[in-house]
Amino acid sequence: MNGWRRTGRGTKLRLVGIFDQQEAVLLRGLIGQVRTMLTERVADVPADELAELTGIRSGHTRPPEDPVLARLLPDFHRDDAELAAMLRAAREPELLDAKTEAADVVLATCPPEGGRAELTVAQADSWLSALNDVRLALGTTLGVTEDMPDETPEDETLAAHLSVYHWLTFVQDALVQTRATAL
Amino acid sequence: MAAPLPSPTHETEQIAGASGSVEKPWQTIVWNDPVNLMSYVTYVFRKLFGYDQDKATKLMLDVHHKGRATVSSGSRDKVEGDVAKLQAAGLWATMRQ
Repeated sequence: MNGWRRTGRGTKLRLVGIFDQQEAVLLRGLIGQVRTMLTERVADVPADELAELTGIRSGHTRPPEDPVLARLLPDFHRDDAELAAMLRAAREPELLDAKTEAADVVLATCPPEGGRAELTVAQADSWLSALNDVRLALGTTLGVTEDMPDETPEDETLAAHLSVYHWLTFVQDALVQTRATAL
Repeated sequence: MAAPLPSPTHETEQIAGASGSVEKPWQTIVWNDPVNLMSYVTYVFRKLFGYDQDKATKLMLDVHHKGRATVSSGSRDKVEGDVAKLQAAGLWATMRQ
């Protein structure tokens, strides 16, 4: 992956990136892991008889206990817990849908064996959201902070994870730059 | 402190509720997150709100340097929708009145 380039114009505009096999396997694996967490959160919603009768979906009222999911699904209100619970119940189902769909777009457009990912602008926006979610997930696990030192840590596992994080940052930033020229 | 609102007219804008009563407008706040890229945050502000590059960049820099910025305001429904869109994009957004 050496970045993204534009091809075509108007409705034929595509954003093209080339992934080697190792990169494609890595990216799809990470996207898949986040997707699994999201679907488990959906499956975990307490049964609501009223919702079953009315067909109106209602989600969790409490934030996720898992720190990664909590980072992906913050409260809508920071000070009013009651309002935050109500808004979460109302809004979390659609957010989980949106994030899962974004992950699905990446899985559908990034060839499993590596090769050419050719995206419409709408698909590129899904990629940007999904890449951001994966970086948030990895960043939470790695404890990424604003003033994270640039030098490679001595712990080899940590160093490997950080290099994946930096690679995802490159892929996302390059896609933003290319996508933004089509706004 | 929150960053100043983009347009002073919004600050004093009063929204008439369904009952005809006047309620304080809601604000959409975006908080700084060390993972989110400056380029991406700027892009999301441009795309979701139609802000030009300068305005979107200024808001992004407010988030980065001041820790948060008010990026839109209006009725509760509108702001709730804006927070949902920002969160779907992966930004740390909340609302307040």
